[in-house]
Amino acid sequence: MPVFDLAVTPLRALNEALHTVGAGSNDTHFDILNPRGAHAVAVGIDQPLTVAVKGSVGYYCAGMNDGGSVTVAGSAGPGVAENMMSGTVVIEGDASQYAGATGRGGLLVIKGNAASRCGISMKGIDIVVHGSIGHMSAFMAQSGNLVVLGDAGEALGDSLYEARLFVRGSVKSLGADCIEKEMRPEHIAILSDLLAKAGVEGVDPAAFKRYGSARKLYNFNIDNADAY
Amino acid sequence: MCGIVGLFLKDKALEPELGRLLSDMLITMTDRGPDSAGIAIYGAETPGFTKITVQSPEPARDFAGLDDRIKAATGTTVKIAAKATHAVLTVASDAVEAVRAALGAIAPSIRVMGVGTNVEIFKEVGLPRDVVERFGVAAMAGSHGIGHTRMATESAVTTLGAHPFSTGPDQCLVHNGSLSNHNNLRRELKRLGVSFETENDSEVAAAYLTAAMKDGKDLGAALTGALDDLDGFFTFVVGTKSGFGVLRDPIACKPAVMAETDAYVAFGSEYRALAGLPGIETARVWEPEPATVYFWDHAKAA
Repeated sequence: MPVFDLAVTPLRALNEALHTVGAGSNDTHFDILNPRGAHAVAVGIDQPLTVAVKGSVGYYCAGMNDGGSVTVAGSAGPGVAENMMSGTVVIEGDASQYAGATGRGGLLVIKGNAASRCGISMKGIDIVVHGSIGHMSAFMAQSGNLVVLGDAGEALGDSLYEARLFVRGSVKSLGADCIEKEMRPEHIAILSDLLAKAGVEGVDPAAFKRYGSARKLYNFNIDNADAY
Repeated sequence: MCGIVGLFLKDKALEPELGRLLSDMLITMTDRGPDSAGIAIYGAETPGFTKITVQSPEPARDFAGLDDRIKAATGTTVKIAAKATHAVLTVASDAVEAVRAALGAIAPSIRVMGVGTNVEIFKEVGLPRDVVERFGVAAMAGSHGIGHTRMATESAVTTLGAHPFSTGPDQCLVHNGSLSNHNNLRRELKRLGVSFETENDSEVAAAYLTAAMKDGKDLGAALTGALDDLDGFFTFVVGTKSGFGVLRDPIACKPAVMAETDAYVAFGSEYRALAGLPGIETARVWEPEPATVYFWDHAKAA
């Protein structure tokens, strides 16, 4: 099991090692020590690797992840799991701004709180936040699911396309074109599955509200100009 | 981009370490802003005396015999501690205005970086590591301090354009961001009699807070007013004689991380800046909310 201590090993060596693991290799579990807020830890993984980061990371941890399983035993800076394609990223602590931005697939779990713009422009990723999220979350989100067990800040889902937003707590305000929608059985099923995958137990999916797009801003219509 | 740091000590036992801790935090933020760096440290006060931190492009010429020239011009005794391009003049508090006025005539190339009973300010063009070494910041003691590594956006890369900006006694500010209404605000403040050293947007923010506090507001109220009156992107960290404040604009694009333990409150643009602080592993670490004033004060805690 490779161990990379970032107090002595340059970050570039770690990311190179993660990128050169061949298909079928047995050495697929990496431990990363002393990240101390370093940027770009474990970016660009494209194999089913397991990476355990022992501490807090800076910007863009696990960006572009495609198939890896990354766990951060600490907090994450801005842009964690940005543009994830597939795989799983778990943050034990809090996440900073734009967690999971533009993600196309995979699952991002934040066990603490996420700051502003969580899931901005998400395009298929699933994001589960055990705590609360900040303002402008899911801005222009296109597809995928954002699940929030706590509260959401201002302008949730502004200019939303087809992503589903599930919030258990309060929502400070909804953004342009974002509305509350009915929780039908298929939504309960999607949510139950995501809660289970994210390790959430004893929470009733029916306690969540669902938010989505009113679909008024898809095409420009002069009557809606004030809503932009 | 810019990197900003701040450290407000609650535990007096850490005070001898302040300069070293702040220096390390600042050096860690080098890649957010390699143009210039600066630091303001609030040290011990000598009752009845005020410190004037000055800077000169020709320190050998300007600082030699400056105490005698000030004495001849004003009759006031001045103690000078020169450090590279900066010097801290310690003068009787009631002679500050006379000394400032005399400096303009005696040594016109000297610029005042800051004035206060506690604060000393050191800032220069160059990498943070070089700047803190040149001024021996690591050896300085104090109760709190703020620092800045600059990536210039709104005005020139000069010593005067470096942060912190100090526009009132013992007040200083570091800024990450850019203001869009600084020219208009500068005109309004000038009309109220405020003078400016630079074309820098951050100096306007500092002067705005100074003007608000002159009107009787405390720092918390002044920062609350800034949310209405300043337009643009900002994360501010400000220092006063005994206080330490943080404010982010409502959009809050500019990064900020804070940490608090029984021993200190710390601010960094990134967690990396805080990673070397004692007890950080068990500190409460959080991201300050947008449009929310955070403020600590030794005087109020006492």
